[in-house]
Amino acid sequence: MQSATVANESYNDTVVRQFTIMTIAWGVVGMFVGLYIAAQLIWPGLSFDLPYLTYSRLRPLHTNAVIFAFGGCALFATAYYVVQRTSHVRLAFGKLAAFTFWGWQAVIVLAAVTLPLGITQSKEYAELEWPIDLLIAVVWVAFAVVFLGTIARRRIRHIYVANWFYAAFIITVAVLHIFNNLAIPVTLWKSYPIYTGVVDAMMQWWYGHNAVGFFLTAGFLGMMYYFVPKQAGRPVYSYRLSVVHFWALIAIYMWAGPHHLHYTSLPDWAQSLGMVFSLILLAPSWGGMINGIMTLSGAWHKLRTDPILKFMIVALSFYGMSTFEGPMMSIKTVNALSHYTDWTIGHVHSGALGWVAMMTIGSLYCLIPRLFNKDAMYSTKLIDVHFWTSTIGVVLYAVSMWISGITQGLMWRAFNDDGTLTYSFIETVKFTYPYYGLRLLGGLVFFSGMLVMVWNVWKTVADVRPEPVAVPQPA
Amino acid sequence: MSSAWNWFVAIGTIASMLACFWLIVWTNRQRASDEEIAEAEGHVWDEDVRELNNPLPMWWLWLFVLTLVWGGLYFLLYPSLTVYDGALGWSQEEQYREQVAAAEERYGPLFARYGSTPVVELAANDEAMQTGASLYANYCSQCHGANALGAPGFPNLTDDVWNWGGTPEAIEHTLVNGRSGIMPALGAALGGDEGVAQMVEYVRGMADGQDTDSPAHARYMTLCIACHGPTGGGMAMLGAPALNDDVWLYGSSPEAVRKSLVEGRNGVMPAHLDLLGRDRIRILAAWVYRLSGRQDDDARAD
Repeated sequence: MQSATVANESYNDTVVRQFTIMTIAWGVVGMFVGLYIAAQLIWPGLSFDLPYLTYSRLRPLHTNAVIFAFGGCALFATAYYVVQRTSHVRLAFGKLAAFTFWGWQAVIVLAAVTLPLGITQSKEYAELEWPIDLLIAVVWVAFAVVFLGTIARRRIRHIYVANWFYAAFIITVAVLHIFNNLAIPVTLWKSYPIYTGVVDAMMQWWYGHNAVGFFLTAGFLGMMYYFVPKQAGRPVYSYRLSVVHFWALIAIYMWAGPHHLHYTSLPDWAQSLGMVFSLILLAPSWGGMINGIMTLSGAWHKLRTDPILKFMIVALSFYGMSTFEGPMMSIKTVNALSHYTDWTIGHVHSGALGWVAMMTIGSLYCLIPRLFNKDAMYSTKLIDVHFWTSTIGVVLYAVSMWISGITQGLMWRAFNDDGTLTYSFIETVKFTYPYYGLRLLGGLVFFSGMLVMVWNVWKTVADVRPEPVAVPQPA
Repeated sequence: MSSAWNWFVAIGTIASMLACFWLIVWTNRQRASDEEIAEAEGHVWDEDVRELNNPLPMWWLWLFVLTLVWGGLYFLLYPSLTVYDGALGWSQEEQYREQVAAAEERYGPLFARYGSTPVVELAANDEAMQTGASLYANYCSQCHGANALGAPGFPNLTDDVWNWGGTPEAIEHTLVNGRSGIMPALGAALGGDEGVAQMVEYVRGMADGQDTDSPAHARYMTLCIACHGPTGGGMAMLGAPALNDDVWLYGSSPEAVRKSLVEGRNGVMPAHLDLLGRDRIRILAAWVYRLSGRQDDDARAD
């Protein structure tokens, strides 16, 4: 179907291509660091007595790289692509968009340098020191201006659902980032937060949980709402379901953070709030899963031949599973067992690998041929190989951490008849050892799929000089 | 927290839940309107992206309603809304106190019986020593090692060398009050690098007898003698280790000995009375006593 085009206007796909390629590059880097630290938990000697290679410095490098470099670039790329396509207009403020690309890459490189040097605020997922935080804030505001500016110029009255989610994600992350990182600089690379004690902890987990809720959930739901119907060739199942779960999700997520601080000095009422709102979050979270899966229904036969759809359906399944597991873990009684164990790590990765990474990978396979004037990826067979390595990798990872984590929790609370603890800490470490091996294997399998992707993408794009795509008139 | 924040949180909590109820009612109300459905389905983005407007799945809706109702009930029963203590009067501090009291009631008598038994007798009681092994694994093994062989700075507990004395009373005293063993930094007093090097050699050779010809000998007799004794026998009152045996608290390498001399050492055994109480300490003292193998010797002596 070739519709009429808007005169003299083409989409700005340059910045989308840049972010897309860097998504894959940072994905490989971030996951490799993850593999390395997983190996360190088995062979601690791998730090070679170098401070730069210690687990404590590389772990934040891994989390920052996969969340903000891999996930962040994927969100920039798809947000810029989707907002143009669904608004039928060229991206607003081209130079500012280019600035967001180079600015974001600068943030990532600065993180990759400062974290191994031990420069950190010691706030999980907000480790970067104040000069980098300032740069992030500037880049992020530019992102908001470009994205919302494009929506303001749209040629179609109704704002497509994917854009609500992207917009909510962009605005909220700006608020979260700025307030959690309010700090008093002491030197160029050292600052102290303006909050103290339990308030500091509460701010941190208000930020930390909403980083999951808005960065890793709302943003990727935006991705899902465009790429799933696009790839399936099916309409979104229910507009009104998307309305309900969107507003419920953003209203409720904001209050769920205290569940990270159960049974601490956080006041009881705040713990109640975190737990109750985490449980209420179950239905709004599942709204997105239902809408995605029901959109695919009627296209089930395509799953036989289209591994991209397989990525998406498995991603939605892991999303549903993780958003069920999360509320369960936020119940105080369950949390008393799960907190501080590997179960948490397993939960995070079934969300991060199963949902975030697999939705990203599926979307990129859908996106890349369109960005580089190709009909399809170089090899569908290799997408299928990538699909299976990803799926098997996540399952190995999640299962090993479930066994390891739940047993850890049970061992920590086991009592003898005389009231003494049955196991010393080192015995629990000894128990987890083989499961750390299984986890490393899962990570290796998942990572190997990323290398297959690199090859497949290279063969797809290497010989292409992309041509501008004209903006079509809205139907 | 200021009252403005109290109001913000309390109102925000209730408003969010009511808003969710309203959302559910509002979206369900539209169910019958064919026009609205048709209108929503008429939108097309990017050539082929469309939306249907199917009704909300009922099971999902009820799940949502159920969690909201349950949440409201929970807020009534438990502490919530910043100022309300909950109908059940539950608090985590109270729960903790109750659990500790219940444990004390259950295990207290057992430990009290052990606590009134002399250390030497307790060390021969296998049941008590099983408890001792568990306590050791959880409170002592972090520093002294799972096998009690110690580590640099942390004494080996399986030998019969006692820096602070090995009587039952001394062991118990160590556990109750802790110990602080200080070796002062003597780099300057020893006369620089050469003097330090001579002293290192001298101290490392003391197990084979004192080298009275060494220039370090005179310095030993003025600087070290007060704590470590004229022949290097050590002094339990100060925790000064014996130097004439082949046991080394901080390592026997020339580097380790040099570090002890030049920079000094500060060995701390923390006090455990507040953490464990007298009765459990009695059991641990017996376990440590038994670890050294002394109990067997004493049994033979009897």
